[in-house]
Amino acid sequence: MSFYELIKSIKSIKFGVLSPEEIRKMSVVNIVTADTYDEDGIPIEAGLMDRRLGTIEPGQKCQTCGNRVGQCPGHFGHIELARPVVHPGFAKLVYNLLKSTCWNCGRILLTKEEVEKYTLLMEKYQKKWPQLRLRLAERVIRRASKNTECPHCGEAQYKLKFEKPTTYYEEHKEGTVKLAPNEIRSRLERITDSDVKLMGLDPRIARPEWMVLTVLPVPPSAVRPSITLESGIRSEDDLTHKLVDIIRINERLKDNVDAGAPQLIIEDLWELLQYHVTTYFDNETSGIPPARHRSGRPLRTLAQRLKGKEGRFRSNLSGKRVDFSARTVISPDPIISINEVGVPIDVAKLLTIPERINPYNMDQVKRLIENGPDVHPGANYIIRPDGRRIDLRFPKDRKAIADAVEIGYIVERHLKDGDIVLFNRQPSLHRMSIMAHKVRVLPYKTFRLNLCVCPPYNADFDGDEMNLHVPQSEEARAEAGVLMLVQEQILSPRYGGPIMGGIQDYISGAYMLTRKGTMLTREEASQLLARAGYTGELPPPEISEPKELWTGKQLASLFFPKGFNYSLKSNVCLKCPTCKKEECENDAYVVIRDGKLIKGVIDKKSIGAGQPESVLHRLIKDYGTDAGRDYIDRAFKLFLAYIDSRGLTIGLDDEELPAEAKRKVLEVIRQAEAKVSELIDIYNQGLLERLAGRTLEETLETKIMQELEEARELAGEIASQYLKESNTALLMARTGARGSLMNLAHMVACVGQQSVRGERIMRGYMNRTLPHFKPGDLGAEAHGFVYSSYKDKLNPIEFFFHAMGGREGLVDTAVRTSQSGYMQRRLINALQDVRVEYDLTVRGTDGSIIQFRYGEDGVDPAKSDHGKAVNVEKIIERVVKAGGS
Amino acid sequence: MGKFDLLKHELVPQFRIMTKEEIEQLRKNLGVRKEDLPWMLKSDPVSKAIGAKPGDVVEIIRKSPVAGKSVAYRYVVPG
Repeated sequence: MSFYELIKSIKSIKFGVLSPEEIRKMSVVNIVTADTYDEDGIPIEAGLMDRRLGTIEPGQKCQTCGNRVGQCPGHFGHIELARPVVHPGFAKLVYNLLKSTCWNCGRILLTKEEVEKYTLLMEKYQKKWPQLRLRLAERVIRRASKNTECPHCGEAQYKLKFEKPTTYYEEHKEGTVKLAPNEIRSRLERITDSDVKLMGLDPRIARPEWMVLTVLPVPPSAVRPSITLESGIRSEDDLTHKLVDIIRINERLKDNVDAGAPQLIIEDLWELLQYHVTTYFDNETSGIPPARHRSGRPLRTLAQRLKGKEGRFRSNLSGKRVDFSARTVISPDPIISINEVGVPIDVAKLLTIPERINPYNMDQVKRLIENGPDVHPGANYIIRPDGRRIDLRFPKDRKAIADAVEIGYIVERHLKDGDIVLFNRQPSLHRMSIMAHKVRVLPYKTFRLNLCVCPPYNADFDGDEMNLHVPQSEEARAEAGVLMLVQEQILSPRYGGPIMGGIQDYISGAYMLTRKGTMLTREEASQLLARAGYTGELPPPEISEPKELWTGKQLASLFFPKGFNYSLKSNVCLKCPTCKKEECENDAYVVIRDGKLIKGVIDKKSIGAGQPESVLHRLIKDYGTDAGRDYIDRAFKLFLAYIDSRGLTIGLDDEELPAEAKRKVLEVIRQAEAKVSELIDIYNQGLLERLAGRTLEETLETKIMQELEEARELAGEIASQYLKESNTALLMARTGARGSLMNLAHMVACVGQQSVRGERIMRGYMNRTLPHFKPGDLGAEAHGFVYSSYKDKLNPIEFFFHAMGGREGLVDTAVRTSQSGYMQRRLINALQDVRVEYDLTVRGTDGSIIQFRYGEDGVDPAKSDHGKAVNVEKIIERVVKAGGS
Repeated sequence: MGKFDLLKHELVPQFRIMTKEEIEQLRKNLGVRKEDLPWMLKSDPVSKAIGAKPGDVVEIIRKSPVAGKSVAYRYVVPG
């Protein structure tokens, strides 16, 4: 018999309801005692911890199956309920069934013709659209429960009322009568199998009367293990507590029934039993108080074990803890490649990779074994072909062990440089949140990563931690290396451009290096290129007399591939109405011809992270991910080397405006204020023209807001005109390295209008925001306009308004992250196994079609130009250029 | 006011009930059963307008901002 013949495959799964007979059949003991252990700590016979329910103590044989702890699966017991109770999970269904059948004859409340029609329909549905069967059943139930007279026996039907969770009332002329569960059960028993089918159930596995419990299964003791505390006191599981309650009431009910107690007492006990059974299934059932522990803590019963984030599904089935993983703080390392991750040596000595000994690696592996677990390139375990593990921590003479290993042994060796590992930062929102890196074993205790991989992980170094996983099989490592390696993920399906690239200093550095006027001596140029790892020849100097000088553009050009052509507008571009292209006096039009940077400065638009249609994007698309990785690894180091050699900082001087500019800014704000009071005057006179769809007050608000916004913008513009070219804050804003012109304007000119909920600040006291103003003051100052700049100072009132606006921002981000996180979770749950097939159709796991062509055009956004299949403009430009030159 | 014809509304794409042969051809091309196509209810306003019955397959041609023209199919089910 071959291996594959032994494998059984599951064709289908069908869920049904346990019948009382089945419960008794699978039970090994009828439990009648509400106790667990006697004084000696021995389980009581027919108690909740009966030995026959399975072993929990090690070394003991199971009384039922004879197996020991690991082998014994546990066995169910049962409780014979003195009176039936409704299963709370099926209460709604029982209601529907009662509603649509006759209380007298038990037939469905449909005429013969209707029954025939629906039976035929049901058969047809079963064959053609089994998924729609339940909807038809719903229709049948709705139709049947409308009938007030049984078409079979002619009995009038009473109106049924269902009260959550488990009570049913019948409305007679004399008043409403409560239906007892045994009455319900006998009614359900009368429903014929064919009628059951019409209502969407399969009577072979789910008879309606089984939904009213007469026997309750008792789960094996392994499901509800008792804990022995250090003090020797036994503490039982919540489920056991609940079962104790059920048995106790059940026995009392039984005694009372046997003794012929008055009906009232019996009914009370019966209801209590129903309550206990209901909370046994779900202790958060609405409408009834949750059952509590002695300490007042609500019990964790069956439904609570499964539900929610800490439930069985989300924390034990969808989520598992893993071996071969590590977690620590991350820190930056601009020297290692983007493909690499710096692994602390202590981590490398604990994480292992199993390596099978063969003739080719024998000598190396022997050396690893000799090194043992404490010396870095070493090994922790040896696994012999018979499965025995040899721990290398203890033996004195590892040399002897190393000599004894043979081909076919497996050695669990330390992580070493070049091993492929998976690196992850939570929240794992997109596929770039887990990427494969190559190990670089480094000293100290943090994971090191290249700064260019910060954007995909959304990582910074203010204390972030990340996880590392070591794939254990050759296949897993190969797959991770080919598909998940960082360089394969540079182009993101989110942008249609590179998600990795230059950030902050890389951009400032690139700009300063490539702008006009950067001249470098032979020494300087060599120094920079050496740091970038350039080994080729120095190009001929741009200027050779009186001194040899190289431009920054020349150095930056050395890293482009030969024959690389591209041009674009850079971030410093002023967006003139007619672009002068190569003649741009700001050097903002970038031209790269044959791998040489001819014109323009390199900034965010060329090498920035998340910039589609950038130089970096083109480079990777045309020359491949290897070239892209190489460019980021080498050229980016040049930019950093330059910024290191030169330094970049901002200080108070950068926020200083000349007196003339200050005057102008003040003038602009004063004018705006005058306009605002003018508007208020017009409004007070009742002459303000109402805008469409707004009230008069809203019109005034909008106009004032507009006016003040314009004033702030104008102030910012004036300020930026007066800032010196050498202003580094301005440099960073213009190149896109960090900050914006607006941030700068806030610092030097005017902070402007603060807002809460998109309006000027309106809250506070009656008709005024603060007691410093007159009631009804509509002016700018009274509603959160901040005249000052951050550098000047904010007065207390301005500061207060600013804090109000700032607080709203914080609350917003907190709310947004939690909401979008939940949305993401639901989307991923819904879409996780949808995939694109080779014929470009999008299908579910059962082969059902969801889209006939992926995204309607079949374009992979990661391989597209900013979402489009081809960038026609760039192609034309390239062809024309090639023809022209 | 005359009766509103939803098929003539500019936002409603073109619908057409396919012939048996066309369906067979489509099935072969995609390698699926009819039930694996996306579903559309018989009570859908469009099915009512074009008179589609359970078991029919409807072809939908719509304008698409990315693909120019895109074709989709719906399998009509009762309901």
